[in-house]
Amino acid sequence: MPGLGTSFGRGGATTAQQDLANADCILIEGSSMAEAHPVGFRWVMKAKERGATIIHVDPRFSRTSALADIWVPIRAGGDIAFLGGLIRHIIENNLFFRDYVVHFTNASCILREDFRDTEEGGTGFFSGWNEQQRAYDKESWLYQGDGLSFPERDLTLQHPRCVFQVLRRHFSRYTPEMVEKICGISPTLFHKVADTLVAASGPDKTAAICYAVGWTQQSKGVQIIRTASMLQLLLGNIGRPGGGILALRGHASIQGSTDVPTLYDILPGYLPMPRADGTEATLRDYLAKQTKPTGLWHNTPAYFVSILKAYYGKNATAENDFGYDWVPKVTGNHSYFEYLYDMADGKMEGMFIMGQNPAVAAPNSRFERAALSKLKWLVIRDMVEIESASFWADSPEVDRGELKTEEIETEVFFFPSAGHAENDGTFTNTQRLLQWRQTAVRPPGDCRSDEWFMHQLALRLIAKASNDPMDEPLRALDWWYPEDETGMPHTEAVLAEINGWHTDPAAAVGDRGAVARVGDPGRNDGVIFGVDRNGKPHHGPQVADYNELKADGSTACGCWIYSGVFSRDGVNKANARQSKDYLGHGWGFSWPSDRRIIYNRASASPTGEPWSQRKKLVWWDQTQSKWTGVDVPDFPAGKAPGYRPTRQEKGLDAIPGDAPFMLHEDGLGWIYVPKGLHDGPFPTHYEPLESPVRNFLYSRDTDPVVNWFTRQDNRFAPPGDQRFPYVLTTYRLTEHHTAGGMSRFLPHLAELQPEMFAEISPELAAQLKIKNSDYICIVTLRGAIETRALVSRRARPLQIDGKTVHQIALPFHWGTAGNVSGAAANDLIPISGEPNVTIMESKALACNIVPGRLPRGPAFEDWLDRYVPRGGPPNLHPEQPPPGAPRGRVAAGHEHESPIR
Amino acid sequence: MTSLTGLLGKWPLIRQIRERADGTGLEAMSDKTRAMHARIDGAEVARSVCPYCGVGCGQLVFHKDGKLISIEGDPESPISQGNLCPKGAASYQLLTHDRRVTKMKYRAPRAKEWTEIPLDRAMDMVADRVWESRKRTFVHKKNGATLNHTTAICHLGGATLDIEENYLIKKLFTLGLGMVCVSNQARI
Amino acid sequence: MIGEGIQSSNQRRHSFVKDHVEVGFFTDPSVCIGCKACEVACKEWNHVPDDGFTWSGNSYDNTGHLGASTWRHVMFLEQDRQKGNQVVGAHSLGDGDGEDPFRWVFLSDVCKHCEDAGCLEACPTGAIVRTEVGSVLVQNDVCNGCGYCVVSCPFGVIDRRPEPLPDAGGAFKCTFCYDRQKSGLVPACAKVCPTESIVFGRLDDLRVRGAERVRQLQQKGYTDAQLYDPTETSVRGIHAFFLILGEPEAYGLPPKPQVPTIYLKSAWTSAFATAIGSFIATLLAFAFFS
Repeated sequence: MPGLGTSFGRGGATTAQQDLANADCILIEGSSMAEAHPVGFRWVMKAKERGATIIHVDPRFSRTSALADIWVPIRAGGDIAFLGGLIRHIIENNLFFRDYVVHFTNASCILREDFRDTEEGGTGFFSGWNEQQRAYDKESWLYQGDGLSFPERDLTLQHPRCVFQVLRRHFSRYTPEMVEKICGISPTLFHKVADTLVAASGPDKTAAICYAVGWTQQSKGVQIIRTASMLQLLLGNIGRPGGGILALRGHASIQGSTDVPTLYDILPGYLPMPRADGTEATLRDYLAKQTKPTGLWHNTPAYFVSILKAYYGKNATAENDFGYDWVPKVTGNHSYFEYLYDMADGKMEGMFIMGQNPAVAAPNSRFERAALSKLKWLVIRDMVEIESASFWADSPEVDRGELKTEEIETEVFFFPSAGHAENDGTFTNTQRLLQWRQTAVRPPGDCRSDEWFMHQLALRLIAKASNDPMDEPLRALDWWYPEDETGMPHTEAVLAEINGWHTDPAAAVGDRGAVARVGDPGRNDGVIFGVDRNGKPHHGPQVADYNELKADGSTACGCWIYSGVFSRDGVNKANARQSKDYLGHGWGFSWPSDRRIIYNRASASPTGEPWSQRKKLVWWDQTQSKWTGVDVPDFPAGKAPGYRPTRQEKGLDAIPGDAPFMLHEDGLGWIYVPKGLHDGPFPTHYEPLESPVRNFLYSRDTDPVVNWFTRQDNRFAPPGDQRFPYVLTTYRLTEHHTAGGMSRFLPHLAELQPEMFAEISPELAAQLKIKNSDYICIVTLRGAIETRALVSRRARPLQIDGKTVHQIALPFHWGTAGNVSGAAANDLIPISGEPNVTIMESKALACNIVPGRLPRGPAFEDWLDRYVPRGGPPNLHPEQPPPGAPRGRVAAGHEHESPIR
Repeated sequence: MTSLTGLLGKWPLIRQIRERADGTGLEAMSDKTRAMHARIDGAEVARSVCPYCGVGCGQLVFHKDGKLISIEGDPESPISQGNLCPKGAASYQLLTHDRRVTKMKYRAPRAKEWTEIPLDRAMDMVADRVWESRKRTFVHKKNGATLNHTTAICHLGGATLDIEENYLIKKLFTLGLGMVCVSNQARI
Repeated sequence: MIGEGIQSSNQRRHSFVKDHVEVGFFTDPSVCIGCKACEVACKEWNHVPDDGFTWSGNSYDNTGHLGASTWRHVMFLEQDRQKGNQVVGAHSLGDGDGEDPFRWVFLSDVCKHCEDAGCLEACPTGAIVRTEVGSVLVQNDVCNGCGYCVVSCPFGVIDRRPEPLPDAGGAFKCTFCYDRQKSGLVPACAKVCPTESIVFGRLDDLRVRGAERVRQLQQKGYTDAQLYDPTETSVRGIHAFFLILGEPEAYGLPPKPQVPTIYLKSAWTSAFATAIGSFIATLLAFAFFS
């Protein structure tokens, strides 16, 4: 999420799970950590045993709430109001960590005179709004003066246009009373949380925040994470032991799949994909646009040219701009939801699905299943026959006669895949830790790893390449990987490429990184897999880390932030298994450069001493003139705390010795984001796209930049629509995994939660005259599902502005296949796109409940018509644009600070 | 008398009385029980990582003669210290349960059933489909700008895959074939 | 070797079987997160089949109770009581409209491995034995499925496995992972437990730990924390004891469990003594006269 990226510089958790044990308070919000990350929760329990206070803010009393000291029920979608309320409380009562805020954050930076905040006029818009394009012109959001390097600052925080004062005004109306009105949290409970959090922050104390998709899957998810980041900066909790923000990722390598992305808009290491908008036509243009004058991103040319060298090998030369022309150019938003619409409209010919089950896991999955049937061909790789593989045979749509098997043209290839113990490779976990898996056994039968599949497909396709110009990139591709007798490429060879190497096979690297041409090409010291498929020398010694990368083609590197994982010592550090300390140094490799708590320069005062003995982590060693400590310092090792640039410097030299966030041009933690977000430099409370409640703060209900994906089969209920009076939220159970492909098919898991259910309060049950275990139907504008009612006091109505609002919660693990089947909650959820990352809102929407069972077969449509009449305009929400209107910004952001997730 | 004592001593009842045992202790253990031991004794072990959520628990995968025996938590992991959640604890079953598909399956257009086809043939067929679709839809240049892309073949998935696999997907699909529609769970 | 230098007794290798050390489980619901990893790890290690795919509607408990195919069972208790000083919504702070308190408690139940075990006393075939570590083990190669043990368990733990499950007919329950223990390994449920709610170790150590934990929790405001470790009844103590919040009845635990066969046993013993007495008398008479 760019929430973390824009605030601190990197789009990854700032801390390690085991460091939670050092926290004095842990705020868990947007996550049921005990349920979705039980073993990570081990460290929360350790902290609790040591006296930390655990706070859980959640619409639902979950297994996490059961173990928390304080459970704060909140209306789904109210997070920014609640966290903004905490920020207001901390500022108004002068409870922030002043030394930290003044020196380490941009609270002191002066903003431009033409910047207008959402508060001015109360409309909910920042300056720069363009109604026609439904996007912001973000010029006025920048700092006063020239660029983001060396900003003007007022260290007294008094200047009326300094970030701190603008922030104070921005949240001035987020009072405890307003929090109560929006979230249903009483002022007493609000103050209990605020007091606990403040008491657990400061030089001698730290508090941590954990979140997961309860935040990210909202129409303003990035801005919720931003609010939490701002709170942590104000409290001085980033870069310090027991502090930080832990983003809890839901898959084994979610972090890894954005670091080394399978996403359209970035290349590995968060390098933007080049665009065809005319500003990046040549390599020179691209680098001019993407290289920052100051901070770590000054080295963009070295990282980018090195990745082109990794992709195109010796075919990438200075003469041909290292193959820049071959890199496909992005012409719009090519993310999943966008191309899903193309698929539904028959414009997509073929699809590869690997380890995902969109037929039940994607929002509006009825629509998704129909779209799959429009493909010419589908390749699906999984361990079991999931719904996405068999949609043509047994989907609810086939059952209801909406789709006919004999009319579905899609050709389907189901490749059985290898399991995690059947091939080696690296997962990057939730705390940026790369961990290697060793192979235990060979996969059975036709099962193969995705690596085998990609390799074998690549060999076949490269063999087809002709002299046609369209085949040039394919011919140029450096597919050199040595393989074993089963045709499987050596995974470590790929990891070696990701780490990076000196490209000259004859290169030899001296102790101090000096490169010479000597020795035995491809076989010098520090060379790993130096020979290609034809036995020819392929590359030279590994680079030690990203500091060795060059922009002249002498180095190749598949992912600069991972550099160091497999360097010249020949040790695959992802496979290291000798943990030496509580942070786990010696066990796996934590990017960047094995730093476990990032921005840890902030664990010492501006002058370099630990803030306190109790919270010591990294400090300036005066005698040795270097940073030292328990963790690897996340700062130039020899940069003294007192160092001040003269404003002439470039790159890291421009970062002062007391500026811990060195990926930002100014080295500061960004309470205010001058560049990098599409929907505002500060978070603002907007209602969910579907909500029974209006926005009490602004005349605008919803985030203006959001992408509604307006379409007749993806409609949204307008605010306060009486047909859909209840708030619906979704969640994960411990016993299942996402859409169930890895759990519903396993008897030992399936038996533990064998059926779909909805959690509803006794009050709502009484009102609807339903009893526990009764069948009920949940209806939204997208469709209806049948489920059982689980009536429990864990679900609880809230008082919102004097009215009772009921919330119901649905797990989303089921489908038609497996040992246990059930309705897919995702049938109910609309496709929508958060402005910065195009993620849908599945954590807060509006629904109706109809007691009884759902008719099967063709009768379903008639039944649905009673509750959701067909016809009418596709844009029912007054703030929703009609189809064909600009969808907010045209495409995703390109700023380095916008890594996905 | 000695022989008599010896004789009586062999009688279980007497033995139980003498040992103050009552026929419910070690003396009542069958040969099978006496021979019991953990089936992972002497097994080879691969150090692995749990494939479910993002916590990244260490796993010990025990195997003998190319067969899996058991999967347990790795006690040395600084993150998980030997623990697993129910899903991680079920990961032996994940690899061995009887609903796992181990044969290549193919569904022809309009067909009502799967057919099994050889893996190599399937790979060739997929390469052909990609090739044809790419040929039909590839845009080399448009309005004077080089695009080198196709938006008619897409890819979905990756967060359960290794970073090496993700790396190869992006390299072949995007940088080689020009597929820009590549996406994963990270934003779904 | 993997695991050397590990601190938690749940992960350390041991030699309790060789050394004939009494072991136990101490299960503590105040740190249990209800994840059911214990249930799964038990089934995975012991190849216990699934117990059917039936949704109960009873909180998150779809396991129901211990039985032939469920050797660990996590209970989910939703109660109108407060857990320690926990704040559950505003009403805990005096706000709201005087709503009742609420808590959700999880406890992982298991065979108690009684000091005087009803199942073992009742078993006519010698299939049930007491091991070196004090646990009670059903030997399935000896068990003939008579079911006497089933009715003799004061906790309703042991049961016969119905058709068509594997090894149907025989009686099954927790083995305390005797096979693992013989190899110096910790039982699967304790090893897996993410929050160490289940602790495995020497019974005497655990009893000290349990008492200390109750004291700690009492201090923290868990006024209804107590140990469930019946030593004063005919079971004479258990090897798997629990900390509970509130009364044992809420957990389906009998406050005063009795071994039904204990009276039977004394009757049998006197009968046996008489029989043996007369037999020896006869034998002696023979020896004397011959």
